[in-house]
Amino acid sequence: MRDDKNLNEIRTIIARHKLWDFVFMIVGILALMIAMLTFMALFSHMLIDGLPRLSWDFFTSFPSRRPGSAGILSAWVGTTLVMLVTAIAAVPMGIGAGIYLEEYASKNLITEIIEINVTNLAGIPSIIYGLLALGLFVHQFGFGQSILSAGLALALLILPVVIVATREAIRAIPLVIREGAYALGATKWQTVSHHLLPYSAAGILTGVIIGLARAIGETAPIITIGALTFIAFLPPSPIKDEFPYISFEWLMAPFTVMPIQMFNWVSRPEEEFQVNAAAAGLVLVVMTLTMNGLAIYLRYRMRKNLKW
Amino acid sequence: MADAPNQYKSEVKSLSFYYGAFSALKNINMRLHEKQVTALIGPSGCGKSTFLRCFNRMHDLYPGNRYVGEIILHPDNVNILAREVDPIEVRMRVSMVFQKPNPFPKSIYENVAYGLRVRGVKQRALVDEKVEEALRGAALWDEVKDRLNQLAYNLSGGQQQRLCIARALATDPEILLFDEPTSALDPIATASIEELIADLKDKVTILIVTHNMQQAARVSDYTAYMYLGEVIEFDVTDTIFIKPKNKQTEDYITGRFG
Repeated sequence: MRDDKNLNEIRTIIARHKLWDFVFMIVGILALMIAMLTFMALFSHMLIDGLPRLSWDFFTSFPSRRPGSAGILSAWVGTTLVMLVTAIAAVPMGIGAGIYLEEYASKNLITEIIEINVTNLAGIPSIIYGLLALGLFVHQFGFGQSILSAGLALALLILPVVIVATREAIRAIPLVIREGAYALGATKWQTVSHHLLPYSAAGILTGVIIGLARAIGETAPIITIGALTFIAFLPPSPIKDEFPYISFEWLMAPFTVMPIQMFNWVSRPEEEFQVNAAAAGLVLVVMTLTMNGLAIYLRYRMRKNLKW
Repeated sequence: MADAPNQYKSEVKSLSFYYGAFSALKNINMRLHEKQVTALIGPSGCGKSTFLRCFNRMHDLYPGNRYVGEIILHPDNVNILAREVDPIEVRMRVSMVFQKPNPFPKSIYENVAYGLRVRGVKQRALVDEKVEEALRGAALWDEVKDRLNQLAYNLSGGQQQRLCIARALATDPEILLFDEPTSALDPIATASIEELIADLKDKVTILIVTHNMQQAARVSDYTAYMYLGEVIEFDVTDTIFIKPKNKQTEDYITGRFG
């Protein structure tokens, strides 16, 4: 049996230790608030400035010298087309590389070096990718300052994100599922295509969308390639009247994208252009948040049936 | 053991196995009797599962593993460990049920039909027939016949394990391997799996790893006691459990060791 004095001592010690729980909670809440409030302040500032400017005309007008009639038509069309090229290039390449590294590559020094480098690639400043694309795509391959060059540059930029997401999604599948397939006589490719890919689709898709959401706001590589800041026309339509009805001319067209349009407006002295920039920024943030929201939703939907 | 060789489904000859430099199995010699249940018992880490996984070349999935010796499969007298024998071909003849139920996140039907899909069976009627036969064989048909398209994860643990048995049966394997099939199940589910194993030996040769000695005594006809990668004693189950020849086996069986 403990006497009262002893018990009181224990209570004092517990109370002192619990004080640290409380201190840490306060510090944690403060840190969280700073992060949240900064974003909220930026976003609401943009909302207040930009929201009144948003109208149908804003989306369907080309940029103009007069701030009141300027719009983001060429910018959002350019962003959409560049993202299309980026996705078409990065998704198959990234998934292919991820599957190869995770399932096929023998584990030796070379693959280890490659793995480390893939992870490091994700941390390389994006302007370096712009320089690479300028040398390789714009000049060497002769794609010019086009949607194709920009799309491929951004594809390189998000490739590591897609590769890492693919590998992590595949690695999350329990070993016994894999062995279950092999034990029934499945080949490697059957195991990958019947099991690993379908079960990791949610994770891969999330990675792709997060990669694209990052690429959509990238400015530096696009400027390096030489996107124009003032474009008052649309790329040629991908659909034609005569055979073969599809045209790829738009790939070679000059273009602008949302962040560059914003950058252009911000650098103007007139107050009205600042409002345009805020409105365009609002559109860009909503695009990014929508993509992230979609990623979260898809992950939730597709993982409901996977219990591990 | 003067039985004619054709009563053996498989003969293991001087089998050793290495994980890199570590010798996990040492010079194993024993036989699997056709359409009988053979149990592998022994303390944790003695190499039971490693031995079992040699029979379907599971070790080929990972680098650095090496087999020495032979596992002969009858009636065609082929050494399934030979380099020129494709492990996929071996796995099409020898099915396996794992420790933890591992159904695919697909429908009940698709789970059972998967082995057939891998073998390129496309005719719907044939697949339907095989799926029903396998589910009946695994004593699961009555419980699931009305919900074949439901996700396999909706089944209980015991049902999932019987589904995995059905999946392994659907391709008419010659040998069925069980790697501690009841260690993740409750006693009632365990009893139904044991009952099932006893029924299945009419159709297929069975090799089962268990670290539950009572289970070995209940379900098997032959038992091998393993210790540190070696088969210490292999005999008819009753002999092993009633009058083992080896002192070490006796100590393990009676619980003085292990």
